[in-house]
Amino acid sequence: MGTTTPIATTRSVTGMPTGRLAVWWVIGSEIVIFGGLLMCYLMLRLKFPHWALNSSHTNTFAGGVNTFVLLTSSLSIVLAHYYAERKEELKAFGLIWATIFGGLCFLVIKGIEWTTEIQNGFTITSSLFWSFYYTAAGLHALHVIAGMCLMGWISIDVLQKKNMHRVELIGIYWHFVDLVWIFLFPLLYIAK
Amino acid sequence: MATTHAEHHDHHDHHEMSFWEKYIFPLDHKVIGMQYLFTGILMGVLGAFFSYVFRMQNAFPGIEVPLFGLVTSAQYNSLITNHGTIMIFWFAMPILVAAFGNYLIPLMIGADDMVFPKINRLSYQIFLLSVVVLIGSFFVHNGGFGGAWTAYPPLSAKAEYNLTPWGSILWLVAVVLEFVAFLLGGINFITTLMNSRAKGMKMMDIPIVCWMIVLASILFMASAGPLIAGAAMLLFDQTIGTGFFDPARGGDPILWQHLFWFFGHPEVYVVFLPAMGIVAEVITTFSRKKLFAYKVVLFTTFATGILSFFVWAHHQFIAGIDPRLANIFTVTTLLISIPIAEMLFVYIATLWGGSIELTSAMLFALGFLATFLVGGVTGIFLGASGADIYFHDTYFVLAHFHYTFVPIAVIAVFAGLYYWFPKMFGRFMDETLGKIHFWGTMVGFNGIFMPLFFTGAAGDHRRIFDFSNFPELAVSSLQHLRMVATISVIITILFQFVFFWNFIYSMFRGRKCTENNPWKANTLEWVAACPPPHGNFLVMPEVYRGPYEYSVPGRELDYWPQNEKV
Repeated sequence: MGTTTPIATTRSVTGMPTGRLAVWWVIGSEIVIFGGLLMCYLMLRLKFPHWALNSSHTNTFAGGVNTFVLLTSSLSIVLAHYYAERKEELKAFGLIWATIFGGLCFLVIKGIEWTTEIQNGFTITSSLFWSFYYTAAGLHALHVIAGMCLMGWISIDVLQKKNMHRVELIGIYWHFVDLVWIFLFPLLYIAK
Repeated sequence: MATTHAEHHDHHDHHEMSFWEKYIFPLDHKVIGMQYLFTGILMGVLGAFFSYVFRMQNAFPGIEVPLFGLVTSAQYNSLITNHGTIMIFWFAMPILVAAFGNYLIPLMIGADDMVFPKINRLSYQIFLLSVVVLIGSFFVHNGGFGGAWTAYPPLSAKAEYNLTPWGSILWLVAVVLEFVAFLLGGINFITTLMNSRAKGMKMMDIPIVCWMIVLASILFMASAGPLIAGAAMLLFDQTIGTGFFDPARGGDPILWQHLFWFFGHPEVYVVFLPAMGIVAEVITTFSRKKLFAYKVVLFTTFATGILSFFVWAHHQFIAGIDPRLANIFTVTTLLISIPIAEMLFVYIATLWGGSIELTSAMLFALGFLATFLVGGVTGIFLGASGADIYFHDTYFVLAHFHYTFVPIAVIAVFAGLYYWFPKMFGRFMDETLGKIHFWGTMVGFNGIFMPLFFTGAAGDHRRIFDFSNFPELAVSSLQHLRMVATISVIITILFQFVFFWNFIYSMFRGRKCTENNPWKANTLEWVAACPPPHGNFLVMPEVYRGPYEYSVPGRELDYWPQNEKV
């Protein structure tokens, strides 16, 4: 099959590599998706002060630990990029899997937290606050899972020293996923 | 930029591709463009058939509609809903943005393909899946969704109101899949235009149609996000019983209207801009004139794009929004008519003093300007909140937006198809049949929607199954106008058979296009062969000037291709 890379892909009129440019546009489109959801939440939250009664039940400690886990995993993907640029594929491979492990820890903590909430009777249909809580965090968790899958796929290439630039691309995406959480954590957990 | 020096294609290394590789799972941007084009046309035929069925019921209530049968009220609702949805999401967008964008952008900027061919292929496959889901939704228990293409809750959220428990869910899933397809495609278009232009092509040397399709993709990307979030919320309301849009549980149905129209109004410009771009290419070529004020067109487009995010609430003047807010949105809505009017003036100024050649493509381009003008002017009535209170949800609104959407999605598309047909298929379409098609379409189209302005002004509400249930509207004077509109629908559809015959016959038997540049145009797609091979150009072209250097004084030829050094 004609899978040779087109000339178009190798050009760089803006001076920015095409892959990186595309990832920024992906992030742009993601910002408006999360932005729209959080804007709805914020406007309703400001309208209904009594939502604070619901949010007082969220587990700020678990959220805080998760913030720490996710930020640490961002550090490891940055280091993976550092070694990928130096063509040290084994170190890059290890650090990518450290990032995947970070994502896994995040999901496990989230799973424990959600199980506890549901056992306490706070489900997605309990009230509008909880609907937003599960929808926003769930959408974010889907992005975490997608990022982990992509990293696993990229790590195979990295071992063969192929497509090393993709470590940077997934790194940009992972930082974005991180940043979304930085917005979700205060809005859903800290604001009591 | 080091790579550009070695940009020569070696065509011997392409092994012969099988039918599957070439047409079913292609990576070539031209074939993917064709897939979008033909899927879009087929969906357009379906949407047109729906309009025929419900117009028949509308003009002749209770009639046994030929080719369909008796229309029930539930079917009527489903038909109008899916007519709107199909025509915008599965006809206008795939053809104007995806088909023309895929086909034209790499060719016109002198590239061999999109930057991400595999993502491009994935985009079409997701789009095709959305088509399957939508068509599937007509055949589930209780049939397709019937709550209007705007899908306002609570009607769309609760099965006990819309009575289509599966249809409404599948409809929503199909729309979201379609959005994902266009986000993937849009990222490809934007990145390709930004990064893969031929050597020497500066920002102001890009053909207007490429600018327009890419700006449309950016608009789509920036506006669709909140609606995707809203769709997730609506899906949860429908399926697991959350109350995002349920006032009884603290939610807000108006919230959906905001999310929908924050997307929905920029969406008008998402389809409008590519149409405007196609028309720019056609009228400059066939009036042998430089586009009057290229930069003005571009900057008014930017202005339109930015303003389009601040007009959405004019769809909600009677939805219970704050009247002070209505004032603001009236002002922004009236403001946005200024850049649009400016564009129309610029196009008319381009025609001034040109040597105009009335080919079928040019006729359709001029027809676009004339009919879109009517759509634009009647929009002023609706943008003014005072007048809109009366006109809201009447056939006046319906006639207004069909006077914008039909020129965009039908008339401008025909202009583009007649113009690029020789490039796409290596043969010409028949000009006489093209002109018959043009006049039939124009007369038919005006015959449909001109009467509906009057019925709307007289009080005809939209989405009414049977007007004979409303004594003051069931008068014969209004019923005659409805019949005129319906008969015009049939005439317009019949004239499309002329087009289909011309299109299919010319594809295989039409006059052969023996030269690369039959219209003597300047842009780079005319450098490639007719039709262009895989990889587009034998030698990658370089660009030395803007795209509209026609009738340059002191030059023997009246055109000056972008890639010619002197």
